[in-house]
Amino acid sequence: MVVDPLSSDAFSEVEADRVFHALADSTRRDILTRAIQCEQSVSALARHYEISLTAVQKHVMVLERAALVTKNRRGREQLVVANPDTLRRANTLLEAFEQLWIDRANRIAEILTEEGEAR
Amino acid sequence: MTVISSNTNAEQLTLDLVAEFDAAPEQVWDVWQNPRKLERWWGPPGYPATFTRHEFAVGGQSRYHMTGPEGEKHFGWWRIEALEDPRRLEFANGFAGDDGEPVPGLPPAGGIVELEAAGGGTRMLVRTQFVDVEQMERMLAMGMQEGMGMAVGQIDGLLREAVAA
Repeated sequence: MVVDPLSSDAFSEVEADRVFHALADSTRRDILTRAIQCEQSVSALARHYEISLTAVQKHVMVLERAALVTKNRRGREQLVVANPDTLRRANTLLEAFEQLWIDRANRIAEILTEEGEAR
Repeated sequence: MTVISSNTNAEQLTLDLVAEFDAAPEQVWDVWQNPRKLERWWGPPGYPATFTRHEFAVGGQSRYHMTGPEGEKHFGWWRIEALEDPRRLEFANGFAGDDGEPVPGLPPAGGIVELEAAGGGTRMLVRTQFVDVEQMERMLAMGMQEGMGMAVGQIDGLLREAVAA
């Protein structure tokens, strides 16, 4: 059940933990989706939810810590911008998980080949 | 080429892998059935698997652990849900605690294996199925690394949404 430690161009374990924690909440996933679609201020984001501005700020902070978004100051506003680099790296992780099963299939093939030769 | 295709589906919460082997279905079946063979391929490099129990019959239980490079052990379990020798296997695959026993209240992922004779060899489909997003989230909260693939599936879904938008 342990995925092969990821290659250096993917996530470190700590980074991965942060990303998964950040994405394990439906509000944060929703915030991220909106930020991907267009950059917007925390207060603009907050209008979509029935939670306080402070609560939305906290969600954004968790996403920021996971490097999924960055905050850019524009005048008096802080715009939440999705970080495509992190998403790209997240996609690398998906490939790593598929790779686990591809590797398993290849190891099975090796075992079967050995058995075929032994007969 | 062994692996024909692999596919993740963030909506269905599945990962499908199709592979073809130059061996009879009975032989491919045995790499699942025989714990000494199973442990040669289940663990990734550097994380060899040891199956201390492997009851290959409906309702049968397995206990295994994978030993990491630092000697740390990660425990898991299986329960065989359905079995049709040598064509179809369904099993639950869950996370176990340090005592090697299933963690209560943590639902397992499902695994379905289908074997069929194809071109003198065998085509194998392996499907990993999660129950729902809540299950995935619980697994992630427990630090279950196998749940990781599905979390990334969510990210993949987000990316697709973003592209579609």
